[in-house]
Amino acid sequence: MGKYLLKLYVTGKTPRSERAIANLKAICEEELNNQYELIIIDVLERPQLAEEEKILATPTLIKQLPPPLRRIIGDLSDKEKVLLGLDLLPFELFERKEESSK
Amino acid sequence: MTNTELYVEKLPTGITGFDHISKGGLPKNRTTLLSGTSGSAKTVFAVQFLAEGIRQFEQSGVFVTFEESPQDIKRNFLSLGFDIEKWERAGKWAFVDASPQPVDAPYESGVYDLGALLARIEFAIRKVDAQRISIDSLGAIFNQLSDKSIVRRELYRIASVLKTIRVTALMTAERITEYGNIARFDVEEFVADNVIILRNVLEEEKRRRTIEILKFRGTDHQKGEFPFTIISNDGIVIIPLSAIELKQRSSDVRVSSGNEELDKMCGGGFFRDSIILVSGATGTGKTLMVTEFIASANKNERCLLFAFEESREQLFRNAKGWGIDFERLEQEERIKVICEYPEVKGLEDHLITIKETINAFKPTRVAIDSLSALERVSTQKGFREFVIGITSFIKHQEMVGLFTSTTPSLMGGTSVTETHISTLTDSIILLRYVEVYGEMKRCLTVLKMRGSMHDKDIREFKIDSRGMHIGKPFRNITGILSGKPAILQPYELERLDKLFSNEQ
Repeated sequence: MGKYLLKLYVTGKTPRSERAIANLKAICEEELNNQYELIIIDVLERPQLAEEEKILATPTLIKQLPPPLRRIIGDLSDKEKVLLGLDLLPFELFERKEESSK
Repeated sequence: MTNTELYVEKLPTGITGFDHISKGGLPKNRTTLLSGTSGSAKTVFAVQFLAEGIRQFEQSGVFVTFEESPQDIKRNFLSLGFDIEKWERAGKWAFVDASPQPVDAPYESGVYDLGALLARIEFAIRKVDAQRISIDSLGAIFNQLSDKSIVRRELYRIASVLKTIRVTALMTAERITEYGNIARFDVEEFVADNVIILRNVLEEEKRRRTIEILKFRGTDHQKGEFPFTIISNDGIVIIPLSAIELKQRSSDVRVSSGNEELDKMCGGGFFRDSIILVSGATGTGKTLMVTEFIASANKNERCLLFAFEESREQLFRNAKGWGIDFERLEQEERIKVICEYPEVKGLEDHLITIKETINAFKPTRVAIDSLSALERVSTQKGFREFVIGITSFIKHQEMVGLFTSTTPSLMGGTSVTETHISTLTDSIILLRYVEVYGEMKRCLTVLKMRGSMHDKDIREFKIDSRGMHIGKPFRNITGILSGKPAILQPYELERLDKLFSNEQ
């Protein structure tokens, strides 16, 4: 598994930003085995970066590497959607789900 | 609170005609909603609002696009004569690109806000020190994100932040029907202070663009729909009918009609600053009258002829037939002849070309042959607006205008054109055919001549190689103008004469 490069864009130090950071860190610890680099960008401090990346909503998580590039918006409280966006074993996940429902 | 605080200041937009109908421009430092159906020129208005700020007032602008990419906007507007790229490089224009990106739609996990967009907008405003901002269009962002309630709440937040920054904002929104709800997604609820509506209505197979200021909270504006058109370099040009004030100057300076006898009939010639309508069936001599009118101008005058019925070659040949050399007059720059098919463009565009040509050539005499040909390309309402626009424009310029109108029937009759414009013209001359013992004769009468005595006779006239010759009045015929001439016997005439003298 290649190393993950993740960028998380937030607006200031709001509860929502903190929640997104915490949710993301928990998922990464659990699923990525420390094989990741996380950059947190505050758009209030770096609006130029948000412009270049054309970020609309905050929080926005961008999976820069490995390709394909993907965006996930929201406070990342829906873990399944995050895993789907990170291309983390979505099919196994679905299979497991299906088995458990049987 | 003092009066100055209550008073809503306005920011002149620089869009032709708009500052007039809005009585000064957009409410300054406030947000105005610009709503319209697809193809109603919302983006043009939004772009031009910024462009005129840069071109005329040295005010920078920020353009937030939710729909088209900045590349597309730059390309599309370059053909209208707006070099946005140049303004961008000069630091007068900044884009906030929120257009849909060609990557997959983002996954949505939990709640979010549009904090990044707001930060980018504020950043762009600071970067170019913007006084104007256009956001195009609100509906498009609803299509990019799935949670409509979040988008609505966040747009409200952006609108309220814009109120606190000192910028004048224009937000566009789409609507489904020309006469219905103000906008989709009920966006007017949060920028409801000021609403402008653009329309692009199909009427009798013709497109008619109009603009209406629905409301400006706390400040005055003109009411109703105003026609507008879009032309290269100028963009949107609004034709403000209400700009026409009834304080046209009137002078008692007379100019020659080009026919000595007609001058006598009019009490000494046409008035300058007046409009004369010549009405007649085909072949009665309208174009001849125009030709003589143009040719009779003295050396210090300049004449402009707009011909919508005949080609240049035909006109010049006909003039030559009456002994008038248009070619030489044009070389001497004493006249200018412009021939166009009415169908080449809409009436609004015709009006603008005519005004521009008049402004450039500065004529003392203007002739339009014929107004009724222009009526073909317009609706009745549009035509009436055109005539009001052109007559008032000419009267403000120390000119005399001669318009012709073709009546549909050979004998007698009036046309729709005339009922529309007769009250707007100062003088009306009727040219009519009259059937006398199996022969078609032509007759002429001055029906109306504002501010002057005139000959009330119906006079016969003939046309030969030297032009028009007005002869004696038809004394023994009645019913010419109604198209049913009846020949009176001499004793009948005598009896009628006595009848009136007895009464006196």
